Amino acid sequence: MTAAIEVRAVEKRFGNVSIIRDLNLSIAQGERHAIIGPNGAGKSTTFNLISGHIKPTSGEVRLNGDVISGLRPFEINRRGLSRSFQVTNVFARMTVWENVRCAVLWATGHRYAFWKNVDHLPEVREQTARILEDIHLTHRRDVPAGLLTYAEQRELEIGVTIAGGATVVMLDEPTAGMSHAETERAVSLIRRLTEGRTLVIVEHDMSVVFGLADRISVLVYGHIIASGTPEEIRRDPKVKEAYLGEEAH
Amino acid sequence: MVHECAVLELIVISSLNGVLFGMLLFLLSSGLTVIFSMMGVLNFAHASFYMLGAFFGFQLTKWIGFWPAFVLAPLLVGAIGMVVERYGLRNTHKHGHVAELLLTFGLAFAIEEIVSMIWGRSPVDYRVPALLDFPAFTIFSTNYPAYKIFMLAVSVVIFVALLLVLKRTRVGLIVQAALTHPHMVGHLGHNVGRVFMVVFGVGSALAGLAGVIAGPALVTQSDMAASLGPILFVVIVFGGLGSLPGAFVASLVIGLVQTFAVALNGSLASVFGPLDSPGGPSALSDIWNVTIAQVAPIIPYLLLVIILIVRPMGLMGTRES
Amino acid sequence: MTTATTSVSGPAANAAGENMRFYGVWLVGVIVLVVLPLVFSSGGSLTSFSLIGIAIVFALSYNILLGQTGLLSFGHAVHYGLGGFMACHMMNAVVSHGWPIPLPFIPLFGGLGGLAFAILVSWLMTKRAGTVFAMISLGIGELVASSSLILRSVFGGEAGITTDRTALPRMFGWTFGPQIQVYYLIAFWLVVSAIAMYALTRTPLGRISNAVRDNPERVQFIGYDPHVVRYLAYCFAGFFAGIAGGLAAISFEIANSAYLGAIQSGLVLFATFIGGTAYFFGPILGAILVTYLQLGLTSVTSVWQLYFGIIFIGIVMFSPGGIAGLLMMHRPLLRAGTLWTVIPSYLVAIVPTVALGCGVVLMIETIARYSGGEASAINLFGIAFNPRSPATWIAAAVLVAGGFVIARLTWRRIGEAWDRAATIARDRGYLA
Repeated sequence: MTAAIEVRAVEKRFGNVSIIRDLNLSIAQGERHAIIGPNGAGKSTTFNLISGHIKPTSGEVRLNGDVISGLRPFEINRRGLSRSFQVTNVFARMTVWENVRCAVLWATGHRYAFWKNVDHLPEVREQTARILEDIHLTHRRDVPAGLLTYAEQRELEIGVTIAGGATVVMLDEPTAGMSHAETERAVSLIRRLTEGRTLVIVEHDMSVVFGLADRISVLVYGHIIASGTPEEIRRDPKVKEAYLGEEAH
Repeated sequence: MVHECAVLELIVISSLNGVLFGMLLFLLSSGLTVIFSMMGVLNFAHASFYMLGAFFGFQLTKWIGFWPAFVLAPLLVGAIGMVVERYGLRNTHKHGHVAELLLTFGLAFAIEEIVSMIWGRSPVDYRVPALLDFPAFTIFSTNYPAYKIFMLAVSVVIFVALLLVLKRTRVGLIVQAALTHPHMVGHLGHNVGRVFMVVFGVGSALAGLAGVIAGPALVTQSDMAASLGPILFVVIVFGGLGSLPGAFVASLVIGLVQTFAVALNGSLASVFGPLDSPGGPSALSDIWNVTIAQVAPIIPYLLLVIILIVRPMGLMGTRES
Repeated sequence: MTTATTSVSGPAANAAGENMRFYGVWLVGVIVLVVLPLVFSSGGSLTSFSLIGIAIVFALSYNILLGQTGLLSFGHAVHYGLGGFMACHMMNAVVSHGWPIPLPFIPLFGGLGGLAFAILVSWLMTKRAGTVFAMISLGIGELVASSSLILRSVFGGEAGITTDRTALPRMFGWTFGPQIQVYYLIAFWLVVSAIAMYALTRTPLGRISNAVRDNPERVQFIGYDPHVVRYLAYCFAGFFAGIAGGLAAISFEIANSAYLGAIQSGLVLFATFIGGTAYFFGPILGAILVTYLQLGLTSVTSVWQLYFGIIFIGIVMFSPGGIAGLLMMHRPLLRAGTLWTVIPSYLVAIVPTVALGCGVVLMIETIARYSGGEASAINLFGIAFNPRSPATWIAAAVLVAGGFVIARLTWRRIGEAWDRAATIARDRGYLA
């Protein structure tokens, strides 16, 4: 079976500085994969490289076997990869309903249509309603996204990310800044919504990582120093030295 | 032989005038670029500050003579710029960059109206000071005025001074950091407001200075901002938004190209002979018969379109937006 | 038309009631358009209504860019002007070739003219948004305006292209000579265009335009290319601006380079922004106000454009939502029943604010006449002021300074009263 995501020898340089060097990563279909690492290790850059937000200097990224490095973000998205942002990044002046609906439109094939009334598209309406139900925001559907609470905005961000039915979902620190209770809620939400999909997650909260992930990769200074199951990672001396040793609680 | 002299004369004079116009443009575009890089605001009223400089220069020259005006008028314009930053832009900042751009657009509109309200819509009689009213040298048959040499000298002095400030002072380092890493400006700390105000004030004062010295040589009139402003924006987009070297090169390129275009008087018809157009005047015959001098006003915009096709970032731009 | 561009009209529970109200508003609009010339039937008011109608179509088309897609254009009049020229040439061609095309179809060709140029240039223009787009639109605007003076055979040089609207084939026996017939022609196209532009906001493209406005980066990760979205939106804006230009060409029977110049582009920006870009009806209010002021002020004062600039700056600084935004701010308070708590502070603020306004007007008029060398008295609310007398200067200064100091206090009170009322409204579940 081809891997959902295959990163081969990717390097990213800004000027003379290598942010990412010789990055190799393979994520199997349906796997929940967490990328961890100290601050500044290049986790967000890795996300940006895979999702097409920035282009690698060299190396290649494959999605379900097809090369996607060099494609534009929307082209990658159309091939079934969707991502969220660390900084909450929804459409602030539009309502919760509209946010999710926009994320549904491309996948339902309506594209740039200017001859259809968006309110009269039953499949769009149903899918939007279902996702709002899933992220527990149905009661807030008419509220502009910019006026939601922080935790609600994070949930909406997840909803927008999965709304298009992507098979590979990448979440960038989905629980950052949340309280303990909110984090638990978000984790169960993520687990439920990514059922049957491939999940790649960047996360600082180790309880989230070890509770959610099937496999973990540890990124230090733009290089993956270890990759394996949570148990293997916990035992890996390199990881202990480089990362867990200083930050494990 | 006579013909060759005329060509040489045209080339020398036009080069001088072109560099002069380019340096003037750079006096304006440098301030605009630095303000844009630091504050994210494209100051639509920048050319209006240039116009205010010219009119203040004219009025103060009438009251207290050219030399005091030469010093005072830019300071006055700089002060107005600081007030605009402190009480206008800073309050509008929370509404985003479009609101800021619109504020300066409204300001440009209002300044033009105020200027024409006070000084009228026809050109004012802003003369070259007597001290500089003599020919500096004569090339072939053309007397080159000393005042233009003075303008050139002032722009070069300012250019060098700017370079020194940028390389040697603390504010200069902050400005440089802002040019390369625009997102870092927010981390300047509590005095960021004052830095913005000073930078905006200095940028405006430079525009004012350009106005004071350009006023006597060009036409001082209430539409001078509206006619120069768009060219200024072409310069900074052409050079690459936020790039100071880009603004410098673009200023010179546009200064030279436009000056030469005005000086040349050929058309396709004069080169290739008249066009056989059986259907009378058409768009093609219009283009065929138009002289380069007539095309001069649109050349900057054509350059803009070309650079957008060839290099959307601008000549030396690195940023998406 | 009261539906916000940001609001939902999904399958709400009270959908039937909402629908009724929605169609009711449009119906009222149409009735007003039909009845208006019957009430005010003088030639002057018919001309004014015609101009306002054209301005509304133009401003609505501009808001497809500014309000819907977040594109600030300084050169929108290019499409208006080209639409006007296209319409003039078409009318002349219809007459000279004897084509069976009656006048009411001409604005469509204006629209196609605006659209054609949009298709041609906007792929390049809409590559980038924000400030760069604004500058490029300015450059393209200047390019076309300057070129129009060179291509004399197409644009007629300084004089422009003239035409005769009555020479076209008739429709329903109308010659379109009398202004009333032209008014109804414009009213018809106004209704058609407004409905079409409103409908556009309710399509997938319209919704995604809003998303591009709010966050072009994020749009890429839900499958859309923001460049394509901006391009399509721009084409629609160009089309409807062309229709407005075509209507203007019919109304004036001329198209000249002023149609596509910077001033025209600036006016439509003023009208749209002053009216308010966040709501569909905002530009309509703005177009009515700006055209009305333009027509009204020119006869009263020589510096009417300065007042425009000041109003515009005031709106940008203090109410970036425009008039529509100001009005709609009150909706949650009205629904929550707390609006009455704010009104007393409004009433208190009126007096010093009006005094401040009068002071500014007096000062501007005094300076204008003083430097213009005019000695004619300024007539403000029936009181004559002599621009040469120091008393006038002192009165203006006192009004401005005193008005400002006192008005600021009352504005602060409005703010406090407003916060209280809004808090109660929010507690009662009415969101802003």
